[in-house]
Amino acid sequence: MERREFLKLVGALGATAVAGPERAEASATELEDSYGVLLDVSQCDGCRTCELACAETNGLPEPEYDEDTLDEIVRPTSETQWSVVNCFDTSAGDVYVKKQCMHCSTPACASACLTKALLKTEEGPVIWREDKCMGCRFCMLSCPFDVPKFEYDSANPRIQKCRMCWERQIEGEMPACVEECPSDAMVFGKRSELLEIARERIHQNPGDYVSHIYGEHEAGGTGWLYISPVPFEELGFRTDLGEKAYPEYVRPFLTTVPVVLIMWPAFLLALRQATGPVAEETVDADHTQQMEV
Amino acid sequence: MGAPASISRISPERGSVLSFLRQELRPKGKLLTTFNMISIPIMAATAVILFFRFSQGLGSVTNLNQEFPWGLWVGFDVITGVAFAGGAYVLTFMVYILRMEQYRPIIRATILNGFLAYIFYSIALLLDLGRPWNVINPIIGNSFGLSSVLFLVAWHFLLYITAEAIEFSPAIAEWLGLKRIHRVLTGLTIATVIFGITLSTLHQSGLGALFMMAKPKIHPLWYSEFIPLLFFVSSIFAGISMVLFEGGISHRVFHDRLTPEIKQSHDRIMTGLARIAGGVMFVYLFLSALNFLHGRLWQHIVSGWGLWYLAEVIGLVAMPMVLFVVGSAKNHKGMIRTAAVLSLLGIALNRLNISIIAFKWYAPVHYIPNVMEVVVTAGVICAEIWVFRWIVLRMPVLSASPAWARRQADVERERPNVKEVAA
Repeated sequence: MERREFLKLVGALGATAVAGPERAEASATELEDSYGVLLDVSQCDGCRTCELACAETNGLPEPEYDEDTLDEIVRPTSETQWSVVNCFDTSAGDVYVKKQCMHCSTPACASACLTKALLKTEEGPVIWREDKCMGCRFCMLSCPFDVPKFEYDSANPRIQKCRMCWERQIEGEMPACVEECPSDAMVFGKRSELLEIARERIHQNPGDYVSHIYGEHEAGGTGWLYISPVPFEELGFRTDLGEKAYPEYVRPFLTTVPVVLIMWPAFLLALRQATGPVAEETVDADHTQQMEV
Repeated sequence: MGAPASISRISPERGSVLSFLRQELRPKGKLLTTFNMISIPIMAATAVILFFRFSQGLGSVTNLNQEFPWGLWVGFDVITGVAFAGGAYVLTFMVYILRMEQYRPIIRATILNGFLAYIFYSIALLLDLGRPWNVINPIIGNSFGLSSVLFLVAWHFLLYITAEAIEFSPAIAEWLGLKRIHRVLTGLTIATVIFGITLSTLHQSGLGALFMMAKPKIHPLWYSEFIPLLFFVSSIFAGISMVLFEGGISHRVFHDRLTPEIKQSHDRIMTGLARIAGGVMFVYLFLSALNFLHGRLWQHIVSGWGLWYLAEVIGLVAMPMVLFVVGSAKNHKGMIRTAAVLSLLGIALNRLNISIIAFKWYAPVHYIPNVMEVVVTAGVICAEIWVFRWIVLRMPVLSASPAWARRQADVERERPNVKEVAA
């Protein structure tokens, strides 16, 4: 009786736990085919048209800032501003960089989410779905780029982040920020094609770029890719994130789960049998005991 | 037997069930106690704070921000609290699996403590959820985030609360005098104990696995791929320390209700548990040392954070370990109690270091909980103690079971193994 119940439960729970890592793997194979954006930092004038385009498209308040100090402070993205252009004082003078969600190929936030409110879409954008989210903020804890933002001042709070204009993408349009950029600093396209373009630009203009595509391998690869004339650490990028996709860090634990679920009850039951009083009964009883051992 | 008059009542007749319940719902004991005087204002303040939390959002009552998504309510109430509640699975393992009968007198109180702790920490978690009305989504399948550690932890919480409810249910049946149901519920105990220990193993370590993806945000002295294992091992001595700490208090507060069995065995149980806690802490320290060498952590040790780390590991793990071992050898109660308190502080510090203090140690402005967050945490704990007291004063937890239930239990226990297997 007891044992049969265990096996049923173990089967059910074990299966869910095994299914986890496999799913992450499946989405990783599709990553080269999904859409992303290549941002050539050297082309950005810092006009902030993209900030405005983002706000208008997504119904967010117009970004407010103090013109005088704008280039001296680094503004983070926020729950009301998904995309921010900041000025960095670098070895090559002032350089402007736009930051937003990186739309990882294998996102930490989506694998952290216990309701799949955060979802890596086939098209490429990582989106958030209101009807699923319970507001636990595990995505914020897990995201290596600190992207998801939470509406702390709302009784019905949402997670806010760039969706790479997913709704526009499925209608065949490109993200608003890319479309509106007057200096063509951004290219929208298939990730594999963007990597080609990036490599070509670095190769054909020696000295104009550092030889690194940020996002090609960072955190397992991201949908947004950057090329830059100065080292990325000067532009406020974290360069210590590693090349492993973040869900990989949980995989050793998740693969242990079904093993424990199957082995532990059997071990505990055996231990209980071993510590029990020895039965002094008939041959019949002895026979049963032998069968059990 | 000399059981207190209040519990040696006959089982209520059908017609008198209502009057029985009405009588039981009335407060027992004095109202003007020190604990009541302190806890009532705290709980009242908690209610007011929670009103603002649900009408104005989390930002109105907490210091949480975009940089620090998890604060005191998760770091202490849930992550630390669950480690403290580990006593239930450790004690059920000792009594039901290893059949260490000498610990049976305190098993019910420990299960009740664990059960209530999980219930109230789940409530604390609900308070912290931004959109708590969606909390059923991972249960009803909207949608199943199967690759999420939190999904696993949430399900395990739910199942473990159910398992502990079943483990404790015979006491409720004894209270209500339901003999037949009592027999059925008692029969479920071993199955739920085994299931419960398995779930505990996984969610105690799972709470550590929650932080695996926060690798770039946690100070290297605290981040390690072995966090899940360290969380599991430390939950064992955290649970035992809580049993020792809480047991000492219950022993004084509910002295009138204690069975002679508990009174006689109290000292022996204390020294026994202290010895086990000391042993497990040695294993934990050994694992920590391996991790320290494996992760080449000595390069971080000469710094403020290094000292802080040493304070945790040496001051609040190694020291209580020595006190536990010496205290149990010399049968010194004061030493064991001190060790239990130090060890609980060490666990709290370890969990808070990982979730809050050494989390984003590089941030220019660090999260510090505000008074309201502390008050709500205290309010949740007070409410839990109220419920614990309510139950202990009515059901046979620390007091003796009715004679009919004890006879049933004796029959169960003396049944040889073979029949159990064949059944």
